[in-house]
Amino acid sequence: MNATFKIWRGDTKGGQFHGYTTEVSEGMVVLDAVNQIQAMQANDLACRWNCKAGKCGSCSAEVNGMPKLMCMTRLSDLPLDRPITIEPMKAFPVLKDLITNVSWNFRVKKQIKKFKPRPPDAPDGTWRMQQEDIDRVQEFRKCIECFLCQDVCHVLRDHQMHDRFIGPRFLIYAAALEMHPLDTEDRLGELREAHGIGYCNITKCCTKVCPEEIQITDNGIIPLKERVVDEFYDPLGWIWRKKKIKR
Amino acid sequence: MADYETFQHDVLVIGAGGAGLRAAIEASVAGVSVGLICKSLLGKAHTVMAEGGIAAALGNVDDRDNWKVHFADTMRGGQYVNQWRMAELHAKEAPDRVRELEAWGAVFDRTKDGRILQRNFGGHKYPRLAHVGDRTGLEMIRTLQDHGVHQGIEVYMEHTVLSLLKDGDRATGAFAYERERGRFKIFRAKAIVLATGGIGRAYKITSNSWESTGDGLALGYEAGAELIDMEFVQFHPTGMIWPPSVMGILVTEGVRGEGGILTNNEGKRFMFDSIPENYRAQTADNAEEGWRYCQGDKNARRPPELLTRDHVARCIVREIKEGRGTPHGGVYLDIAWIKEKLPNAAEYIKRKLPSMYHQFKQLADIDITEQPMEVGPTTHYAMGGIHVDPDTQMSRVLGLFAAGECAAGINGANRLGGNSLSDIVVFGKRAGEFAAKFAKENQHGRTDNEAIEIIAREAVAPFERDDGENPYQVQKDLQEMMQNNVGIVRNEMEMKTALDHLKKFWERTNRVGVSGHREFNPGWHTALDLKNLLIVSEAITQAALERHESRGAQFREDYPNKEERFAKVNTMISKAPDGSMQIRLEALPEMPDYLKQVIEEMR
Repeated sequence: MNATFKIWRGDTKGGQFHGYTTEVSEGMVVLDAVNQIQAMQANDLACRWNCKAGKCGSCSAEVNGMPKLMCMTRLSDLPLDRPITIEPMKAFPVLKDLITNVSWNFRVKKQIKKFKPRPPDAPDGTWRMQQEDIDRVQEFRKCIECFLCQDVCHVLRDHQMHDRFIGPRFLIYAAALEMHPLDTEDRLGELREAHGIGYCNITKCCTKVCPEEIQITDNGIIPLKERVVDEFYDPLGWIWRKKKIKR
Repeated sequence: MADYETFQHDVLVIGAGGAGLRAAIEASVAGVSVGLICKSLLGKAHTVMAEGGIAAALGNVDDRDNWKVHFADTMRGGQYVNQWRMAELHAKEAPDRVRELEAWGAVFDRTKDGRILQRNFGGHKYPRLAHVGDRTGLEMIRTLQDHGVHQGIEVYMEHTVLSLLKDGDRATGAFAYERERGRFKIFRAKAIVLATGGIGRAYKITSNSWESTGDGLALGYEAGAELIDMEFVQFHPTGMIWPPSVMGILVTEGVRGEGGILTNNEGKRFMFDSIPENYRAQTADNAEEGWRYCQGDKNARRPPELLTRDHVARCIVREIKEGRGTPHGGVYLDIAWIKEKLPNAAEYIKRKLPSMYHQFKQLADIDITEQPMEVGPTTHYAMGGIHVDPDTQMSRVLGLFAAGECAAGINGANRLGGNSLSDIVVFGKRAGEFAAKFAKENQHGRTDNEAIEIIAREAVAPFERDDGENPYQVQKDLQEMMQNNVGIVRNEMEMKTALDHLKKFWERTNRVGVSGHREFNPGWHTALDLKNLLIVSEAITQAALERHESRGAQFREDYPNKEERFAKVNTMISKAPDGSMQIRLEALPEMPDYLKQVIEEMR
């Protein structure tokens, strides 16, 4: 059976959709079709991929307008009677074809203060943590950095506020550090100011597209927002903490 | 000479998986300037695919475990052709490397008393693999990446090294291109660490990504380093086989560690029939004992599904060949059966093997808590690679170090699952430490402009061939040829055929053409990787021909037994002055008495 794909081809100066027809078989995913077109019809078609199993987060793209990992999107779940459109993520500048410049994400991560553990619990330099105390952090650490959540976030995609807001990926990263039982660093000031947590108006678009099914908004961003509020806007809590520090 | 942009570092690390990142961190801690080159984006290297865990004798779950048991297990698994010193260092240092990951933010699964949990794995006597569900590799690479970015390491993403540069006997730099603009760059360095990972792309069915084209092995070989143990290619027993588009994707050994069993189309659990003599004493002889082992009973022996990978892969091939395979040509791997034993089995499976559950559900419409999986062997790992000094990780080329999968010696004829994640951090650290030391003791060498021009001209030649052959086609044909002639079961005739084919593949490679321009052009990159694939393919074939016996991952149907004369030798490959590939057998270093005694005690 043949299927038709409309793949966006172009570079920083612009581009357009090109049509390709290729044979498809049982179990194929969108990435298989793209790789097949690349191997047989368009050797210079640029796309990123590595693991082909939803573990590395390289092959993010928009398939029929939906942000997806191409390697985990089955052709059998798409209407093959009409052309399948594949285009690059929109929240980042295009480099070529399906490849975008995601370097902003790497710069943002560097600005978040690193993990700072408390002194070890045992004389052999190790710590003790209960599984139930790390379940939440492990959920956030499942993130494969595909940046699909960044791609659908209105603040980044529509308003292009990359200089004021770090986006759901890095709010989750900060949440994983803040909720890590061993961590002693304080990142709440930056989250409120430079990292712009207030810009998130919890529309949950990020949660919907997460291929790892991380509850980004409910489990990560909202609790983080609450911590920021407690820190800066709760007068009783503020006095309590002052007293604690003095003691 | 054309005006290429030049970058200068004390230590240049090529490859940014676990080994490269760990080397870069260590060198950086030593106070030298470090450049780190990755073929893809940072954090996407093949380490993310490692699932089951990192082997280290922490003794958290079974306090009988210690470095001696881990050492003996590694040597037994490698059929005693391992470099004993590497196996010793690895077993002794792995626990510290795991604890260090925790100090850097890794969040491993826990025991009831709050320590790092460890799970059972093939060939390991006690539960030894620290893990995070079945995504341990992701946890490790992310921990190293997030720690590393605060170290002042200069990262060059989406760059590929075309050739190492030398000044006399010494490695002094690398010539590379960046994918985004297709531009060439010169990297000058006082010391270089190769950490480029594996060679899986030389085969059709593989768990490896497009990156694993043996780049470091080929770069090292061309620069004068030796390749050791190249015949030992690990075919992981359990890869996905259906649907066709997912063929080769890994199914973690953790499935068997949690109680998964292998059965044929008659419903028979076939592994009980073929327990090798040297493992008989420590392997269960009935299903009940095997299950008790998986549940943590210290008096039970491990089930035969957890024998070493080479052996399990061969048993699976036998079942399929003798007509007892599944409809799609594999065997069944069943974890759903544990619901007979556990009240909340489905939840248990989803918690212990979340990404396996997800992977089968999404890619194959299989619910592994209800149905068995169909699996078959997949090319997974190269035990062979660059021969290095066990302590410093330096190759025979001055200033050229190697670590991780592209280096070799620790695994011998077969690697135990979980020993790779520990290998990359143990020897990544050592490579970084000694590369930094070398850089401090030496000045920058010269880089040869004439050599650079030749490499640059060769690299762009495919653009000038208007009717050249499609590089993807050459790669695909090569993968099929290697799969058919130098796969799991080997013989002299097929391998000699392979050598003839390889000559033709060189000719075809020299005729490939690419279209378009140099900016982010995958066709061009595929053309450039072909040379590396050909070098490793030839090395594997030559070494496999030279070893006239079956041992570990090497199975020769024309020499089906282990031979005494190959028991204490390694194959060693190097580039001869006339450019041809040279092979010789080298005697293993003599093991000191205290280690012989350890092996004797653990028998």
